[in-house]
Amino acid sequence: MDREVLTLSGLRAKLAENPKFLYEYIEFIYDVIDAVEGKVKAFITLRSKDDVLREADRVVDKLIEGRAGRLAGALLAVKDNIVTKGLRTTCASKILSDFIPPYNATVVDRILREDAIIIGKTNMDEFAMGSTTENSAFFPTRNPWDLSRVPGGSSGGSAAAVSALEATAALGTDTGGSVRAPAAFTATVGLKPTYGLVSRYGLIAYASSMDQVGPIGRTVTDVSIILDVISGRDVKDATSTHSRGGYREATVEPFKVLHPKLRVAVIEELVVGGVEKPVKHSFLRTLRKLESNGIDVIWLNMPISRYSLPAYYIIAMAEASSNLARYDGIRYGLHESVEGRPWYEVYTNVRTRGFGKEVKHRILLGSFVLSAGYYDEYYLRASKVRKIVRDSLLAILREHDAVISPTMPVLPPKLGERIADPLKLYAIDINTVLANLAGVPAISIPSDIVNDLPVAVQLMGNEFDEVRLVALARVVEGIINLAPLVPPLVRRYV
Amino acid sequence: MYSGFKVMIGLEVHAQITSLKTKLFCSCPSNYREKPPNTNVCPVCLGLPGSLPVLNKKAIEEAVKVALALNSTPSKVLIFTRKHYFYPDLPKNYQISQYDGVGSAPLAKGGYIVISPTRGVEKVVRIRRINVEEDPGRIVYPYGSISASPYSLIDYNRSGIALLEIVTEPDLESPREARCFIQKLLSILEHLGVTDPKLEGAVRVDANVSVGGGERVEIKNIGSPKDVEKALAYEIARQLSIIRSGGKVIRETRHWDKSKGVTIAGRAKELEEDYRYFPDPDLPAIPIDKSLIDRLLSELPELPDERVSRLIREYGLTRYVASVIVTSGKDLADFFEEVVRQCGSPQLVSSILVNELLRWVDELNVDLREGIKRLNKDRLCKIISYYNNNLINIKLLKNYIKEVIVNNAEPEALVRQGYVTIRDCRVLEAVIDEVIRENPKAVSDALKNPKVINYLVGQVMLKTKCRADPRITNELIVRRLRSLGNVS
Repeated sequence: MDREVLTLSGLRAKLAENPKFLYEYIEFIYDVIDAVEGKVKAFITLRSKDDVLREADRVVDKLIEGRAGRLAGALLAVKDNIVTKGLRTTCASKILSDFIPPYNATVVDRILREDAIIIGKTNMDEFAMGSTTENSAFFPTRNPWDLSRVPGGSSGGSAAAVSALEATAALGTDTGGSVRAPAAFTATVGLKPTYGLVSRYGLIAYASSMDQVGPIGRTVTDVSIILDVISGRDVKDATSTHSRGGYREATVEPFKVLHPKLRVAVIEELVVGGVEKPVKHSFLRTLRKLESNGIDVIWLNMPISRYSLPAYYIIAMAEASSNLARYDGIRYGLHESVEGRPWYEVYTNVRTRGFGKEVKHRILLGSFVLSAGYYDEYYLRASKVRKIVRDSLLAILREHDAVISPTMPVLPPKLGERIADPLKLYAIDINTVLANLAGVPAISIPSDIVNDLPVAVQLMGNEFDEVRLVALARVVEGIINLAPLVPPLVRRYV
Repeated sequence: MYSGFKVMIGLEVHAQITSLKTKLFCSCPSNYREKPPNTNVCPVCLGLPGSLPVLNKKAIEEAVKVALALNSTPSKVLIFTRKHYFYPDLPKNYQISQYDGVGSAPLAKGGYIVISPTRGVEKVVRIRRINVEEDPGRIVYPYGSISASPYSLIDYNRSGIALLEIVTEPDLESPREARCFIQKLLSILEHLGVTDPKLEGAVRVDANVSVGGGERVEIKNIGSPKDVEKALAYEIARQLSIIRSGGKVIRETRHWDKSKGVTIAGRAKELEEDYRYFPDPDLPAIPIDKSLIDRLLSELPELPDERVSRLIREYGLTRYVASVIVTSGKDLADFFEEVVRQCGSPQLVSSILVNELLRWVDELNVDLREGIKRLNKDRLCKIISYYNNNLINIKLLKNYIKEVIVNNAEPEALVRQGYVTIRDCRVLEAVIDEVIRENPKAVSDALKNPKVINYLVGQVMLKTKCRADPRITNELIVRRLRSLGNVS
């Protein structure tokens, strides 16, 4: 397949010329899936080619009539914690393994309205709790760049599907880095929007005050196209806000919205410490490239950032313990016979059988930090840290166009390497959780290939200023100039 | 005081905001009654994965109105809190409620209601706080009670209905005061148009009661002011008997069994349940501005206290009668004013309502609204005109009221049946003859003591089924006795 049409924007251009190319494209995607999905295992539920082709007929008609939507023909992979009407949605958990939602998430309605085709529901860490996709109750997803390694998480299935050419682009969700981490590990672009920019209605909650849906694509422009579609106020989500739109346009002509003299900040704490050597060296090389292209790089400190990880985990677990209380097997999901047994026994059994180890961990710890006598010491204190983190970050962002850091402090770990030790696992979220705590947008873009493995940088922008964030990301993407990256596994298809 | 023991009662009144069209956090209709089970639901009120609550803003206006009417101080900012406990009627296994703690706030704090438990006595009952929260679903026991049912069913039609929780300080000292408090509160809610207490299940009360400084017992889910009075009376007696026999009351939750008239032990409450309250991240805090409060204050309708004063002023009622009429429910006060507007006689009307209507409604155990429907304006005005035109005497009037309420009789029909005052002296004298013949002892007594004449009048009444005109009867008897001689 022509490399040009691998991106969403390329596909759109091609379909505008030749609507019937969509059939060829679908055949191509399913050929790739047939060849690699058995190894990558990105999908929990994959739709049949026949179903997708049937839907394509309608899209092709619309393309011919010139009334197709902005995502016409895009085969989007959707993370399995975003509800899809009539299409099983499991959250990669046993407790929801047979849950067929009676309604669509707002983001799903919005992509369908723009004529996207959902190709399947992607694997993830159970209830989005994890950074490797190893916590799926069904199977781990593997990194298309090296099948012995994790793809990152929790949106690992979405990122792997995009990376392995099994989908045009994808929707993931990001609570502490779950879009950006897998994007970084699979050499794709992942955007976590400002909290509130994208409706959470239909996103199965993990930590409600930080969860956001975000796009994963092959380029900055691709994720911006999707952001144009999914962002904006939704009456069904009281925390959602108005969107300015114009994200794609901003990536086409970045300097229409950017100051000619760009200044990016480096928070020292995010580069020293836990960052592995090869990642750090690559990051410093990237900074030099930016500087030689006229971008100012300013180093500074943010001492509170050392508390961001514990604060993040306390808040996330507290909210998770509450959000996951509803899974009791009575109304939906894993069910058990209630005959002759008291209800609490049934609840206990269902929850014991239905939740995985990490989920139970977080429910227990979350319940603990909210309990009387500990609330002040943990939850309230974490909330205070959060406020300081937000204020400090916003202060930096007032003076700079973005904060730049390595997205992940490590190269993609081998399966099993991190999962055994939760603290080691949680530590790799160090650079991503800041944006969720502060509510600001952040984007991860591929910056290098080191030892045949992807490395990425993260740009954090000011809240509700995605326009300038994606414009800047496009500029940085151009300077780094890696072009859409294709992992060796699927190179023979392009 | 109960035989030297001080009784302390605090109430938690849960009243649905029935004036709303939709539930508190979704667009399902708020009228869930009489719908097939689980048909008045959506992803939000079923707590389906991914669903989110969105506040019904009208609910907050209604709640603030209540706060203002109860002299309570609304919070400057509206914060919803999650209250966690596992129970099958709670689809999310947490209730979106409010909480008085760090980072949270109830809708309003403080306030009071003045009640008049007995004639001439006024008592201030303090309000601790007012919360807005969602109603859980309804558990249905297919065989009537928990113990008789091998399984239970859940109907989520009610899930998410807007509920006010009004909590008092433990200022109440008797079951009667508790009943008065609730009646007054409900009258206020009705006058505000916020709650229609007559709707089934619209008001539920939890009552906390302790005797002689002992542990407090909570009685859950009592359905009416009358039942609150009964349940508390039972519970106080139960606690007293424990104390008298040297035992100790344990802290527990009990349930009111209406059919048996007893409270039954629920779970023992050794520890305060840990609800793990925290602010609901799905519902951003909303400021309650002064402009909203000012507007709501200016729009407050006439409230029970003002209405009582007006009834005294405009119709010359006593304070007692006026407050009984107003606190028995807005319907009764409205009915009073309608009737008086049409046929005057406020004293008579008020006395009929307080002494006859309320009595029969109570004795028949029917809804006050049903009583008012039977004794409607047309019927009552007719009866009053019969009375004013001397067609019926006061005793017949009372019987008419009874017949109308108990047997749904038409006043005209009663007249047609000849059930009217007998003023014909010949007819009356014939009856008097009979009475004098049959009561020689009373007659001789009456000759000595004129008070006994009343007894003879009573006998005439009895024989005429109250139809005799008492004044004429009296005169005729006096005349007859005089003719028998020696009446002083």
